[in-house]
Parts: sequence; C-alpha cells; structure tokens
Amino acid sequence: MLRRRTALLSAAAATFAVPARAEKKYGPGVTDTEIKIGQTMPYSGNASAYGVAGRLHAAYFRMLNETQGGINGRKINFISLDDGYSPPKTMELTRQLVERDQVLLMFYPLGTQTNTAIHKYMNQKKVPHLFLATGASKWGDPKNFPWTMGWQPDYHTECKIFGKHIVANHKDAKIAILRQNDDMGNDYLSGFKEGLGAGWEKMVVADATYEVTDPTVDSQILQIKNSGATLFMNITTPKFSAQSIKKVAEIGWKPIHYLVSVGASVGAVMRPAGIENAQGIVTAQFAKDVTDPRWATAPDYLEWKAFMDKWNPTANQLEGSNVSSYISVHGLVHVLKKCGDDLSRENIMRQAANIKDLEIPLLLPGIKVNTSPTNFYPIRAEQLARFEGDHWTLFGDLISADAG
Amino acid sequence: MAAMARSWATKPHIGLWAIGFWLVLAALPLIGFVTESPSFEYYLFMGQSMLIYAIAVLGLNLLIGFNGQISLGHSAFFAVGAYAAAILMVHASVPYWLAIPLAGIVCFGAGFLFGFPALKLEGHYLALATFTLAIAVPQLLKHKSIAGWTGGVGGVLLDKPDPPAFLPLSVDQFLYYVCLIVAMALFWIVYNLLRGRSGRAMMAIRDHAMAAGTMGIDTALYKTMTFGVSAAITGMAGALSAITVAYVAPDSFTLQLSISFLVGLVVGGIASLPGCLIGGAFIVLVQNSSQSISDWMKDAFSLRYDVPAWAIYGTLLLLLMFFLPNGLAGGITAIRGLFSRATQKT
Repeated sequence: MLRRRTALLSAAAATFAVPARAEKKYGPGVTDTEIKIGQTMPYSGNASAYGVAGRLHAAYFRMLNETQGGINGRKINFISLDDGYSPPKTMELTRQLVERDQVLLMFYPLGTQTNTAIHKYMNQKKVPHLFLATGASKWGDPKNFPWTMGWQPDYHTECKIFGKHIVANHKDAKIAILRQNDDMGNDYLSGFKEGLGAGWEKMVVADATYEVTDPTVDSQILQIKNSGATLFMNITTPKFSAQSIKKVAEIGWKPIHYLVSVGASVGAVMRPAGIENAQGIVTAQFAKDVTDPRWATAPDYLEWKAFMDKWNPTANQLEGSNVSSYISVHGLVHVLKKCGDDLSRENIMRQAANIKDLEIPLLLPGIKVNTSPTNFYPIRAEQLARFEGDHWTLFGDLISADAG
Repeated sequence: MAAMARSWATKPHIGLWAIGFWLVLAALPLIGFVTESPSFEYYLFMGQSMLIYAIAVLGLNLLIGFNGQISLGHSAFFAVGAYAAAILMVHASVPYWLAIPLAGIVCFGAGFLFGFPALKLEGHYLALATFTLAIAVPQLLKHKSIAGWTGGVGGVLLDKPDPPAFLPLSVDQFLYYVCLIVAMALFWIVYNLLRGRSGRAMMAIRDHAMAAGTMGIDTALYKTMTFGVSAAITGMAGALSAITVAYVAPDSFTLQLSISFLVGLVVGGIASLPGCLIGGAFIVLVQNSSQSISDWMKDAFSLRYDVPAWAIYGTLLLLLMFFLPNGLAGGITAIRGLFSRATQKT
C-alpha cells in the first residue's frame, strides 16, 4: 500500500501539472454501483410533522437514481428510519445504520436532543455526521467534533441579528418575549440577549414561556400585553405563531412585531392567522418563500415545483420543510460529486469542509454556502424581511453571522 | 390468569430450566471472541435494550400482574431512575455500580409515596392518575428550578463506564453483562418474593381484596409496598438505560414508553416471569421489524406509498391478542399442555 502510494506520488510529481487521477477509495457502504446513506427522522410521535424532510430526501434520491443513474454512476441507497424523536431510539437506530447496515455517512438526522445523543458516538466511530436538521449552535465545533457539521443558520445567530436590529432602530422600545420552553427557545433567547447587549436589562419587560404540548398561548399574550410592552419578540413554532399573531390582533395590541424564521411560513402561519393581522411583522430568511409570487418565474422555483409535482406528489407544498430539506440535499449531492471516486469517510469530511461559494437552488439571491476546516457552519447569512400584502418583502442587506 | 401465575411462580422444578436459560444468555457475548462481524456490537447493544425493557416490564408485571393495580405511568419511574443515576454519576461522581441501586432506592421512595394516594383509586381511576404522572414528569424534569441538575431541555450527557482492566471485554460486552447481572438479581428477588408470604398476600389482594383483608392481610401496606418495589425495579431499568445510552433527555420518556411497557407486559404474558423477558425482546424487535416489513411490502408490491409501520405494528398486536390472549408465555404453556395431553393418550 505504502509503496503504491509512493509510486503514485512520484508519478504525479514526474508529470508535474497533470494531477494524478485519484485511485478508487471506498469507505463502508460504497461499491462501484452504490452509496449507502443513513438518516433518523421523527415519522411518528410528537414531532412527526417534521417527517416531511425525510420523505422529500427519499423522493429526491429516487429521482436521481432513476433519471441520472445516481451520483457518478453510483445509485444512492437511502435508509431513513423512524426514531419517534426519542434520543435512546435514535442511538439504537444510528448504531444499526452504522454497525449493521454499514452506511457511509449519516445525513440530516433531525432534532437537537436526538443528535446530542449520537454526537459523541459518531465522532468516536469517525462516521460523517453531516448537515444536521437542527438550529442549535453547538454543531460547528470542528476542534472537538471533527465529524459533525450543522447546516442551517443557527437560532442563536438569528436572534442576535434581531437584537442588534432592535437596538439600532427601536432603542426606546419595551420588549416582551414569548418563547417555547425547549432547547430551541433557549438558543434563540441567548442569541437575543447577546444581540441586545446592555439593552437586555433596560428594555425587556416581560418574558413568558409555553410548552409545545399547550393547546393555546392566549393567556400568555394577555399577560405580556399587560406588561406595557411596545415590541413583541415572538419565538414560537408554527401553530403558536399563528395563534399569537391572531390573538395580538384580536385584543387590539399593536406592538412592533419580530417573528423567528421557524414560525414565518406563509402557508402554515400567516394565512391561518389572517393576512391582515400579519402586516408589518419582521422576520429573517435564508430560503426563498415558495408562496411569494415574486419567485413564481424563477428557474430554481420552477425546478423545485416540477420535482415536487412529479416525485413527491403527496407532500403539502406550503410546508417550509419541503424547501429547507430540498436545499440540504443539494449540499450533500455537491459533496458526493466532489468526492469523485475517493468515497472514504475522511474525504467526505474533507470535501464537506471545503465548500467554496456554492450556490444552491431556493437559497436567497446572494447567499452562498461556504465552509472551511475551521468553519463548520455552512449557511451563515440571513436577510430581514417584512410582511407586506400577502408575502415577505426582503429589506436591508444580507446579514452574516461573521459580521454580526 | 391466577392459575397461570401459580404455575409459573410456584412450580417446584422450574429452577433448572431457568438456570439453563440464564446461562445461555450469559454465554451470548462470548460469540464476540470468534466472530469478525462488525454488527456484533450492535446486536449486543440490542441485547442490552432487551434486558432493560425486560426489567422495566418485570416491575410493571409485579404491580399489574401480581397485585392487580394498573399503571400507565411507569415511564415516569423509568425517567426518575435514569435521571437519578445520571445526576449521581455526573455531579456526585458516584460509580455506576452504586448509582444503579441508589436510583432504585430513589424510585422506591417515589413509588411508595405515589402509592398512598393511589390507594384511594381503583381500576381505571388509577390508570388515569398514573397517566398524569407519565405526562407531568418529562415537563417537571425541564423545570428551571432543577435545570442545574437535570440540564433542562438539553438533558445530561454521561460517560459509559469502562470495563475493569482485568476483564478482556469490549464496552458493549461489559455493559451487556452489567444489564444481565442486574436482571438476574432482580428476577431472582421477585421470584422469591412471589413464592413467599408477601407474594401470596399480593396475589390474594389481586384476586379479592376484601377477602384478603378479612384474612388479616394489611392491604394498604401491601399495595403501597408493591407500588414502591415495582417503581424501584423499573427505575433501575431506567438507570441502566441512562448508562448504556450515555445520555438522558426529557424527550426520551414520553407516554409512548409507558405504553411500550404495557404492550410488552401483555404480549409477554401477564403474571408470568418468563413473559417479562419475552415482552422486553418484543418491544425492541417488533417495532424495528414493522419498519422492515413496511419497506419490504413497498418493494415487493411496488407500492407508490409507504405502508405506515405503526399500522403493521398494530395489526401484529391485534393478531397476537386474538390468537394468544394470554400472551406468548401463556401460548407456550398452552402448547405444552396440549403436548403432554397428547402423549398421555398414547
């Protein structure tokens, strides 16, 4: 082995400019005709609504296999298993995928607690743990966890952007916060605190929480209104975003309203809450809103729509997960293509950590995916948007986490 | 049901069978020394899960099967046990072998205390009361006031214990033996408990509480004690689960888990000790295989849509309940009965 590599090296050196064609190197789960990829996804249980992401991935790989013969001639064998959002189950299924089924890598496993359960294991086993479907900020830590890489802009960064924007534009506001009592809510809150800086003590007058299992947030809305707040920082998931927007309008409260991107879907939140109630709300986005008529003729939107109609016909196209998971699968396909015939686990991580200015369909114009061996946060920019008419209107410049 | 309980719990010659069976279980990890298969460690991990669920079902069986009190809240005791072990190991640096019985003691306390109000409730009222326990505990674990200990929504990460240096075992082999030893000890304790005076009292209360009281049995004491012991056993299963997964989080202990225990109990066989082991294996194996059956059906019949794995799971359960109403252990007894009758005739 050593001798062959030296021989190759010297051959490459002899021919100087001509790069040596990488010899075929396969990690587990790879053959000349197949690449095996694993995933855990909550298809059942409390978080089953997120399962659409896994179904979209399965449909996308089926499309790749049938129309293009897979990636570089290798079909994708995609195994996505139901963990019911339960961390011990995620652990068991991940071990099944890694040890029994011998997958090359784990792609887009969903959930913060579930990924926390397998974080150490993946790094001990040295299996790529790529593009996780969670916005927690702890996934970009290449020094301690070189086999794990996040994907979307993290919650912390997003709320930091809001905090800074509020300090710059509404410095006399009295802020009320409504947040979900879980890791997502906490991450958002810590970012918001950082963004407000010294303003935190001065400006925040109410901080209410709810449980994801609560039926409504009506009483919390009344409570924070009575605190005399003039600005509402709304850290909620879709069902509660819609409820809170509606309730705020019902009781005639007119605060300046910031809403986190998780709850900013037009189809799932704004329409049910009432378009007229949602005017002027500010959010942050990194992906195109597919209900926005402005993108109706954009080539990437049309491509997505055609794919959804033909290959994923049972999905509800208004659900935001169908966009974010579509974006993420392009990230993985890019990495696999770049790997060429060297599909070792080391090379997967090397390519994932060397993405340069990658443009992906449905990302906002100007947002490019960039990673480096010290930067494991692939998407870091977002843009603020205001709800006007029946869609989000982008305003201001792209705001990136590095600058923030 | 009562007849079956007697047959399993008090049969004189069951000892040899049981010893042989446990020896087989103890020999399984040794395959690791001859196999090169990379999946082997994963199968050992499955084995750990099965043993853990078997212990949890044993705890529940003691309560439901042998004492006639229903609980939908055993996921709460499982959670308390898991958290107790994790907190003791992380914050107090207690070794794992001490954390398991300590978690049991904590859960005994919790179960005993819950047993008092439960005394006032019978049948489906008790089921509802314990149901609230299953729902409330994961929320309470997230509460701010104890977040310093429980890690709030983030949970607690812990280190898997290393096998002692003098044993040439891998981590998974070692943890399998830890689970097996705890399981053997608890099954042995419960077996002896049931054969003695306390066991007879527990079963008498189940069969006719008033009659038992008239006979001089302190029904209140026995019922609360049974609740405590049952919670302690399930709590130790939780502690083992925390150690083998090396992570505890509130989302791990949903009502779904309680239902899984109940399913394992009914499928294995109510009031049957071997049934607990069957139930534990069932919980782990059948949920996974219903997913495989769903995939297979999709391929085999080239269906366009997924067959929901949970629908297959449900169908399997229905069939089992229809053909083996006494659970798998009950089914085995019935078949043995048929067999011996057939041989007697000839």
